[in-house]
Amino acid sequence: MPSAPPVLSPEQLHALGEELDAIRARVVADLGERDVDYINRLIRVQRGLEVAGRGLLFAGFLPPAWIGGTAALSLSKILDNMEIGHNVMHGQYDWTGDERLNGKTFEWDTACPGEQWRHSHNYMHHTHTNIVGKDRDIGYGILRMSEDEPWRPYYLGNPLYAALLATFFQYGVAMHDVEAEQIAAGESALDDEKRDKLQAIWRKVRGQTLKDYVLFPLLSGPSLPFVLAGNATANLTRNLWAFTIIFCGHFPDGTEQFTEEETENETRGEWYYRQMLGSANLTGGKLFHILAGNLSYQIEHHLFPDLPAHRYGEISEEVREIRERYGIPYNTGPLHKQFGSVVRKIVKLALPPLPALPGLRGSEPGLNKPAAQARPPKRAATKAGSRTLPAPRTGARKLTAAKTGPRKRAAVA
Amino acid sequence: MINPVLRSSQIRPHGLGRRLLRSRLLGALTYPHGVDRYVELIHPLLLARDVRAEVTAVRHQTSRSVTLALRPNENWRGFRAGQFVGVSVKVDGVRLTRPYSPAGSEQAADGALELTVSTHPDGRVSRHLRDHARPGMVVDLTQAQGEFILPSPRPQRVLLISGGSGITPVMAMLRTLCQEGFAGEIGFLNYARSPTLALYDAELATLALRHEGLRVVRGFTRVRRSELAGRFDREHLAAVTSDHAAAATFVCGPPALIDSVRTVWAKDGLPEPAVETFTAPALRFDTDGAEGRVSFTASGRQAANSGLPLLEQAEDAGLAPEHGCRMGICNTCSTRKRTGTVRNVISGGLSSAGEEQIRICVSVPVGDVALDL
Repeated sequence: MPSAPPVLSPEQLHALGEELDAIRARVVADLGERDVDYINRLIRVQRGLEVAGRGLLFAGFLPPAWIGGTAALSLSKILDNMEIGHNVMHGQYDWTGDERLNGKTFEWDTACPGEQWRHSHNYMHHTHTNIVGKDRDIGYGILRMSEDEPWRPYYLGNPLYAALLATFFQYGVAMHDVEAEQIAAGESALDDEKRDKLQAIWRKVRGQTLKDYVLFPLLSGPSLPFVLAGNATANLTRNLWAFTIIFCGHFPDGTEQFTEEETENETRGEWYYRQMLGSANLTGGKLFHILAGNLSYQIEHHLFPDLPAHRYGEISEEVREIRERYGIPYNTGPLHKQFGSVVRKIVKLALPPLPALPGLRGSEPGLNKPAAQARPPKRAATKAGSRTLPAPRTGARKLTAAKTGPRKRAAVA
Repeated sequence: MINPVLRSSQIRPHGLGRRLLRSRLLGALTYPHGVDRYVELIHPLLLARDVRAEVTAVRHQTSRSVTLALRPNENWRGFRAGQFVGVSVKVDGVRLTRPYSPAGSEQAADGALELTVSTHPDGRVSRHLRDHARPGMVVDLTQAQGEFILPSPRPQRVLLISGGSGITPVMAMLRTLCQEGFAGEIGFLNYARSPTLALYDAELATLALRHEGLRVVRGFTRVRRSELAGRFDREHLAAVTSDHAAAATFVCGPPALIDSVRTVWAKDGLPEPAVETFTAPALRFDTDGAEGRVSFTASGRQAANSGLPLLEQAEDAGLAPEHGCRMGICNTCSTRKRTGTVRNVISGGLSSAGEEQIRICVSVPVGDVALDL
């Protein structure tokens, strides 16, 4: 069971920020040909896989060709979206001055228009990471992924909605920025801005659909059903993979969520600290990391979203060492373990919170830590009843409170 | 990366192939990346729209220059003598773009281009090209740009004045006129620091022998005994032209040369000659008197106005705007200004306060400015 994170003094948070800034500055100074060669090689592999996959599917009536073609096209879409699209659109290669690698103009092979992704992901998610009510990656507006989200009978369907979201993930991501569920619930109006966004989504979806489900199947003549099935399978494989990796980034056991009050007037050090507490890594081999778009180094990615992702592995040891020195747990594990805990959370949060039972709180290891003593009474009173998960958010982590409230120094070497 | 099996002459898409590359069907099949992002992997010159060129020959006229022969792909629309082209190369992974004026005739066979690149001590692109350009190297090009061109129909008298690396656009004019069999008078005042650094020396001598109306006189500014003494002077004009007032005049070189020619023309009450300079003028920025704030609206960042050009201020704020020449030529850094007034550091002119595109590499804020970055 993960233990509650330490309380850091403002001075420690400042020092933490400076140490991380120094890592960043060092990598930035070292950026060069190696990084460009890497991403260009990956783009060549992706385009090659795509051409090979689509070519093989023309002979899709032969089972080996169908399997090989579908596999190649799936890999192509995964690489295009994860290691290339996601990372290029973060501006990780803007320093190259190459318009083909420009984060502001890059488009990817998925339903979500790049323009909207840059807003919903790069800005909303990366700035407000794991802030309930601000970071729409917490449940995509349809799932209950935080105990801070009040339970409603609707959430009984949590596992079902998650399965549907995973299956149609590219459309879920596409609708992310429009906040469609808020329009449906009457909470926000379908104004001109939203209409424009919907139109852009429609154009993108039309282009994607035309290519995958009309033109390539028609061009293949007698192989039409095989191409159709192969393309659909490749899109589905990419959807499931992207969902799995992305949900392992911020929801496994031990990742923290925050409220808007907690994060008001954050300093850079506090921002870094929140990014560390809210993200979790995955362990695996080199190929696994590439297919995961190096989001398996989610912690490093959230600290340095605009550094080329293939560098995260290289700096991960250093980041881990810094975290250990400050007593911040490094949340990592193999895919099956991390995803297993995400699935458990999805199922658990489908159910209403257990009523507060005497003795239950005492059994939560996190609350026995001295850190919990710093929890402001107001919060403790309002949250105690609804808390069902261990590793509770404590006031001690409340970053602003750490400045003024009782200070508990972490064990710092 | 050149595929040795395909020679560029074989893969240049002609007629039907080119129409196919640009077809809507291929566009839809390669959505959203576009055809070029696939076919360029077969051969880097095989593109539906972008201009690229392959280096076909490399020679060194002087120790401080390199002369490249380039064969552009089919998308190149040609140039007019005197124009420049943006050349992009990758140096340490960073794509850098610099303007160079083709020095060849505008009617060169097969659309071939000749670029003579003079190195600067700090010139990353020029030194990279001098040290690393080899036949087979591929560079990205822009279409030709610029208003420094020979008028059509041609004038009766032409006067060309160049200094140092500024010889390239006027060399293109001279070669074009010679190839056309121009019957009028051409005067060419050509300055270099010393004979060892003089470009196109032998060719100029040959052309002068062959063309009756052409008078070429060279001045070496750092050698005492040369045909012309020292830097440009009114007296030098007599050596190449009978009447400078009647000649269509084209000047390209360092700012000091352009200033002295302009002074003579102004004194004589003549209209401004056509001029071009690729040396960024030594600019002084008022970093102490700078006022106001700069807001980068797209990224939500803000900074106090430091008095430097907005491109540098954006970079100081951690942004990486697209840019090329950093001297107000290539327009790569063109960015939407939402509000505020900027001063153009080259012309000194003030912009309007409203929304407009500006070149941020040569624009300094005057008070508060909001940029779409």
